[in-house]
Amino acid sequence: MAEAAAKREAPKREPRGWHEMTVRIGKGVVGTGYDAFDTLVFAGHLLIVLAKSVINPMRIRWASVFSLAERAGLDAIPIVAVTSFFIGAVVGLLGANMLREFGAQVFAVELIGVAVLREFNILITAILLAGRSASSFAAEIGSMKMNQEVDAMKVMGVDPFEALVFPRFMALLVTIPLLTFVATLAGLCGGLAVTWSVLDIGPSFFFQRILEYVGPTHFWVGLSKAPIMAIVIAGIGCRQGMEVGGDVESLGRRVTAAVVHAIFAIIMIDAAFALLYMELDI
Amino acid sequence: MTDLAPLPDTPTDAERDDFVIEVEGLRSQFGDHVVHEDLNLNVRRGEVVAVVGGSGSGKSVLLNSIIGLKVPEGGTVKVFGQDVSRGREDGGLERRWGVLFQHGALFSNLTVRENIEAPMREHTRLSVREMEELADLKIALVGLRPDAGALKPSELSGGMRKRAALARALALDPDLLFLDEPTAGLDPIGAGAFDELIRDLSDSLHLTVFMITHDLDSLYTITDRVAVIADKKVVAEAPVAELESSDHPWIQEYFLGPRGRAAAKATAQGSRA
Repeated sequence: MAEAAAKREAPKREPRGWHEMTVRIGKGVVGTGYDAFDTLVFAGHLLIVLAKSVINPMRIRWASVFSLAERAGLDAIPIVAVTSFFIGAVVGLLGANMLREFGAQVFAVELIGVAVLREFNILITAILLAGRSASSFAAEIGSMKMNQEVDAMKVMGVDPFEALVFPRFMALLVTIPLLTFVATLAGLCGGLAVTWSVLDIGPSFFFQRILEYVGPTHFWVGLSKAPIMAIVIAGIGCRQGMEVGGDVESLGRRVTAAVVHAIFAIIMIDAAFALLYMELDI
Repeated sequence: MTDLAPLPDTPTDAERDDFVIEVEGLRSQFGDHVVHEDLNLNVRRGEVVAVVGGSGSGKSVLLNSIIGLKVPEGGTVKVFGQDVSRGREDGGLERRWGVLFQHGALFSNLTVRENIEAPMREHTRLSVREMEELADLKIALVGLRPDAGALKPSELSGGMRKRAALARALALDPDLLFLDEPTAGLDPIGAGAFDELIRDLSDSLHLTVFMITHDLDSLYTITDRVAVIADKKVVAEAPVAELESSDHPWIQEYFLGPRGRAAAKATAQGSRA
């Protein structure tokens, strides 16, 4: 006791000013390194669970996969559909107004087709799910962590990755492609509503032109991004949730981080895909 | 250190068989902050052992190291002779222990009955009906009303939540029960009843109980032995009555302070009555 007291009597002087700033920068850099390492640990753990689940599909918690798929997927249909409907309509309106100046308003259909099939369907779905699901995953897992429920699971011999993280991945992997399809239909309908009312281009002409001049390739390009987006959204949401400490403040910070990181990653990945497909000439 | 509270010598093989928990040379640290250094603690089968210590003395860290939530920086922790920190794929240990966390840690999206069924679902192949019947049995065992099974944890009072969590800890009929501050947050009457429940259960189910507590009344009423953590190690391990006469300054302050004396007096009166 006396020794401990003696040690405490000479506290290190807190760094001030310039010194403090360098300390903070250093901590940030080191923290980024640790974060990267933890992300690898997270991914590795998930891969092990994936391998175990492939070997023995009975291990997968199907009940929670389905209930999560309902909450993250089915319940998101209205918001996804409405949002992409309006995005399709806005693209159509802008296209129609601009192209009319050249007398090329009929190309508004191609514009809508390419924009919706290739980019906006998946982008809108992913961003909405980042706001809806990444945050709820982080908050759910985070509050379970705060409440020691995750610890309770571990001492029961349940791997939280198997019980909490993996079902969320599965749920999004199934629902995001389906939601992307819904978003595609809704976006085209939004575009059609504009071309029909503003340019007098009816549904039969609209869809025929989409089929002939846009084609299914663009749709598959859009859909090919869906699994990646699902992995990113579920991964960021769950990882931030697992990082929550014991205090309420960290829960709030982690939920915010989940949404911000997920949206950032979605847009970066979309840009990378755009470059990749441009180089591949698809 | 006093001769009344000797640290255990190297145990003989026969004794070792009977140790349910063996902690040897445990070292825990967070960054530069060393919490435990060369900490030794053994718990025999059938004992009720409590760990006491000041705030920040690392009681919870010790518990987490024993139940495998924290990998120790040094030393070994064995439960039922198995090293906790490595190679536990078969779930053998988890079936034999139950843990009651400080705030219950009941799964908030499940009902009480489903919470109690959760460990059964993981480790047994019982039918749904059997699990339900067993869960109802456990609910009765911990003294909850039968209709509590259908409630969510958020609908329970603090005391009921602890009882429900205890029922979950007992779901697989464990040999070893860990309790983290079982009476914290309960009123004195509730705490007394909970102590009694734990004593009854440990007697009738032949449980070994390892508990962390601040509650002096619990120490006097239910423990066989108390381990005191101070200065990063276990400084004394003895029945409460012997600890009272220890000359370690922290122990003296703890047991012979006004609260300690009151608890001792209450127990003495209780046993006379």
